[in-house]
Amino acid sequence: MSEGHDTDQDHGHQHPKHELSYYAKRIYAIRDLLLEKGVITDKDIQCQVEYQEARSPANGAKLVARAWIDPAFKARLIGDPKPACAEMGIDATSINEFVVLENTEKVRHMVVCTLCSCYPRPILGRPPDWYKSFNYRQRAVNDPRGVMREFGLGLSDDVAVRIHDSTADIRYLVLPLRPKGTEGLSETQLAKLVTRDSMIGVMDALPALPPS
Amino acid sequence: MARGHHDIGGLPGAGKIDQTEHELSDWEILADAVNQALGANGIKRTDEMRRAREEMDSAAYRDMTYYERWIASIESILIEKKILTKEEIDRKLAEFESKWGEP
Amino acid sequence: MGRAVKLPASKFKAGDRVRVKFEDRPGHIRTPWYIRGKTGWIERVHGDFLNPESLAFGGDGLPKRTLYLVAFNQSDVWGKAVGSKDKVLVDIYEHWLSPAV
Repeated sequence: MSEGHDTDQDHGHQHPKHELSYYAKRIYAIRDLLLEKGVITDKDIQCQVEYQEARSPANGAKLVARAWIDPAFKARLIGDPKPACAEMGIDATSINEFVVLENTEKVRHMVVCTLCSCYPRPILGRPPDWYKSFNYRQRAVNDPRGVMREFGLGLSDDVAVRIHDSTADIRYLVLPLRPKGTEGLSETQLAKLVTRDSMIGVMDALPALPPS
Repeated sequence: MARGHHDIGGLPGAGKIDQTEHELSDWEILADAVNQALGANGIKRTDEMRRAREEMDSAAYRDMTYYERWIASIESILIEKKILTKEEIDRKLAEFESKWGEP
Repeated sequence: MGRAVKLPASKFKAGDRVRVKFEDRPGHIRTPWYIRGKTGWIERVHGDFLNPESLAFGGDGLPKRTLYLVAFNQSDVWGKAVGSKDKVLVDIYEHWLSPAV
């Protein structure tokens, strides 16, 4: 059963409509009461909306592209990620502890939160629905290769897969392998090859386009 | 004690991963922002919210959508901390329903 | 993978073999069921963090607990040859770990 579906659309699930709109209405009631009681303010809410809107996989792609072309930056990113993010104008301060996992020809990393949906939101924004789904949370730890195949990544047995279950305050970002044949690309062009899913680790970065 | 309904790593029976994504509805964006604002203001901790979801009815946990679970746990924790009561949320909801002209 | 914290008080260090305790107790536990009772090794000492088991019930999370990145062979966890080089890595608090030989 998929989740996180848009309750305004009919996906043919068995949920009665009133059950969905019950919660939708309920958060508005809760919000109004919290404002009335001064527990939070409209500005507090707006700040959070804006904070979240400013965060997207583009941030991660910038970090990865810079790491690909600048070995010293890559070392700083892996060695102490938060200050390296700050160098690129990315605010990772709200992450308690941040670890960057470097993929190589022989090692691929993948990240899941089996217990809930922990994700490096301050870098990448909100996680995709599939990351939060029961199927991903169940299968990522005992069938990571099967999951990767679904995302188009087939790995031979001589590549080691390391699946991280982020159960605590550590937030993980995968540094995908730089695709072959990208030596001539600019940093901006390289960033376009870095997908959100490659920074979760279910796939590699996109291959360079063939010359036209 | 049994394994919690949230503790699902490695459980058999999981199917293909549905990769379709949806644009968040306004109420989901609001749930996200209210949750973060409550955390930023020191009203609740992330682990309290997780615990509320772990204590939820197991069938509800499986059936509710992601943000519905967030809203249910926000409500549960606010009531637990005596910041709001269920009755006043119900009353406010009834006000909305009469204002919105719900059938 | 980056700087590990050197804590004189932490019980384990990178390379130590450890076993995850098999406990079945109520509360907000961040040690997943599938890894309880399994044996692996310390990959990294993450540092000291507030205890989520206390935070979940309004506690202050003190004293902080040392958090470790613990690696396990997939074949040891799932009991079958699941990619011989593959590993599963879990962030586990010190009080859930015992020394193993």
